[in-house]
Amino acid sequence: MASPQSERPVLTESDISRLERSLRKPRTLLSIMLSAVATIMTFMALVPLFSVVIMLFVKGGSKLTLENFYTLPPTAFEDGGGFGNALLGTILMVGIAALISVPFGIMAAVFLSELGKNSRTSSVVRFCAKVLSGFPSILAGVFAYGAVVLLTGKFSAYAGGVALSILMLPVVMLTAEEAIRMVPSRMKEASIGMGATQTQTLWYVTLPTALPGILTGVMLAVARAAGETAPLLFTALFSNFWLISRWNDVEPGQLNQPTASMAVLIYNFSSSFVDNQREMAWSASLVLVLVVLVTNLVGKSLSSKNGPQR
Amino acid sequence: MDHQTKSPISRPPTKLEIGIDRLFRGLCFSFAWLTIAVMAYIVIEISWKAKPAVLEYGPGFLSGKTWDPNTGEYGILPEIWGTLYSSLLALLIGSVFGIAVAVFLSEGYLGNFVFRVLKLFGVQFHRFWGKMPSMAESALKNLVELLAAIPSVVYGLWGIFVVIPLMRDSCVWLHDNMGWFPLFGTRFQGPGMLPAAFVLAIMILPTISAISRDALVAVPPKLREASYGLGATRWETILSVILPTASGGIFGGIVLAFGRALGETMALAMLVGNMNTISVSLFSPANTLAALLANNFQEAGSDEMKVGVLMYAGMVLMAITLMVNIIGALILQRATAGLKGMR
Repeated sequence: MASPQSERPVLTESDISRLERSLRKPRTLLSIMLSAVATIMTFMALVPLFSVVIMLFVKGGSKLTLENFYTLPPTAFEDGGGFGNALLGTILMVGIAALISVPFGIMAAVFLSELGKNSRTSSVVRFCAKVLSGFPSILAGVFAYGAVVLLTGKFSAYAGGVALSILMLPVVMLTAEEAIRMVPSRMKEASIGMGATQTQTLWYVTLPTALPGILTGVMLAVARAAGETAPLLFTALFSNFWLISRWNDVEPGQLNQPTASMAVLIYNFSSSFVDNQREMAWSASLVLVLVVLVTNLVGKSLSSKNGPQR
Repeated sequence: MDHQTKSPISRPPTKLEIGIDRLFRGLCFSFAWLTIAVMAYIVIEISWKAKPAVLEYGPGFLSGKTWDPNTGEYGILPEIWGTLYSSLLALLIGSVFGIAVAVFLSEGYLGNFVFRVLKLFGVQFHRFWGKMPSMAESALKNLVELLAAIPSVVYGLWGIFVVIPLMRDSCVWLHDNMGWFPLFGTRFQGPGMLPAAFVLAIMILPTISAISRDALVAVPPKLREASYGLGATRWETILSVILPTASGGIFGGIVLAFGRALGETMALAMLVGNMNTISVSLFSPANTLAALLANNFQEAGSDEMKVGVLMYAGMVLMAITLMVNIIGALILQRATAGLKGMR
């Protein structure tokens, strides 16, 4: 109930002036000042990003040549050289990791979002995935060392792939779950109403609709894995030679040996005392960062533009 | 027409289709369980391989100060100290900046600014220009997230060749003039705690700002409107209404970022100096658990005890990070559940 007319407090002249926004008041000034501080801090936080990118172009871009992409890393007293085998090794190991983690992650995501939506199992699995997503990358390497390297007795591309797949799995799984959840339920209900089994609904309706979101997760995971160094240091090690010496007799056994990767090459050459190798580290960083950032941005744009309509 | 009966839809599923359905569902179910199994396998594998070292060195491993493979004397107290110290320093810098960025993004400052600029030209509702404010907002958000996309080894390289030379002069001055202060107690030698913590802060900033932004955006608008209605200024509202309401989510983000900082390897291995010292000085070289693993695993070979002590160190790191991550995830779960009730 509104209060009676007589009890309403009468505003005096000074009360009304207190309601005005005036620049002379400390509280208004404080507000403006804090806004300025927040603005400045935000742009300061972006300085490292631009600094890294500019340094990469200045230091790495000037020395980058096409030859870098198909030659072997230089030894200490060699001129020139490149990172051809490292690029190939990174692509190969990320590929192995994707082969393991993408089907695994999507299937588990299907369970989380569709089959066992609100079951206790799904909440435990989701919790495990969340904890895994914060799992230190070096421990993935320690695990792969114990599980693959010690078992086979060799540093290999497989071990590197296994280590990377552990890091990719939670990213793929959690984004795929989110994407599948976004598919409108009326589409699934229509499919089931037509007599389709749950699997047919998934394959013909749900997964195709959720595909952009799932691909986003895969791209983000690939971008993350491509830049990881710590899990590869003592699983794939490094090698100064081509993984596959002759293209016409490729055997799977050839993956069973130390493999070079871009990230480890940067790490090894960053502490080098030879100028040529340090410059190589910058050029390799430029290529790696460009690949990672482009993959990242393409992945993000996939889901924001063509996301499923509700 | 024959067409309708042959059509693959609008008829009961055949036995084969039902079989495939069961198989696929079973497969999904088992993959979900496999996630739990993988998690358990990782924990068991590392603990199992650490077992010989745990039996040999026991809890004294945690308080020992030397790491010498030649005499077989192992201790990781300096590494534990270095890990916690560098992460806490990074957290201090990273969370101040991260929360500022989150507030900036959630208040829509940039969008408002672009809108006002457009208004000067009178095109704020134009078909193309009218989209600019929201585009600028999302571009800024993506830029902050890109900070997390740059590989850690590249940050390490940048730290060696850009951050350390930049810091050198001011740090030498600080030591010369304020050397009595424990934080500046040792000479700046290049790689050390300060550059490592600085780069680490940059790496965890996107985690803090992304999670904090989500928490701030999730604050029900009616709280903000009520505060404005009472006559509060923008920052009075932010400081006394919005930040306290979102504090659960922000705190969860900070804890998760702490977990990330503890396990970060490459940038630290390249910048921290890798010396087994315990010092509060910001300029002193130090070591972290992750850097110790990165530097020593290659040479461990198949010697069971050498692998064992490294696995033991890995197990300690795993225990710390898992604990921090689980606490962070639980806090976030609570915070989002709490906000749902307020709507």
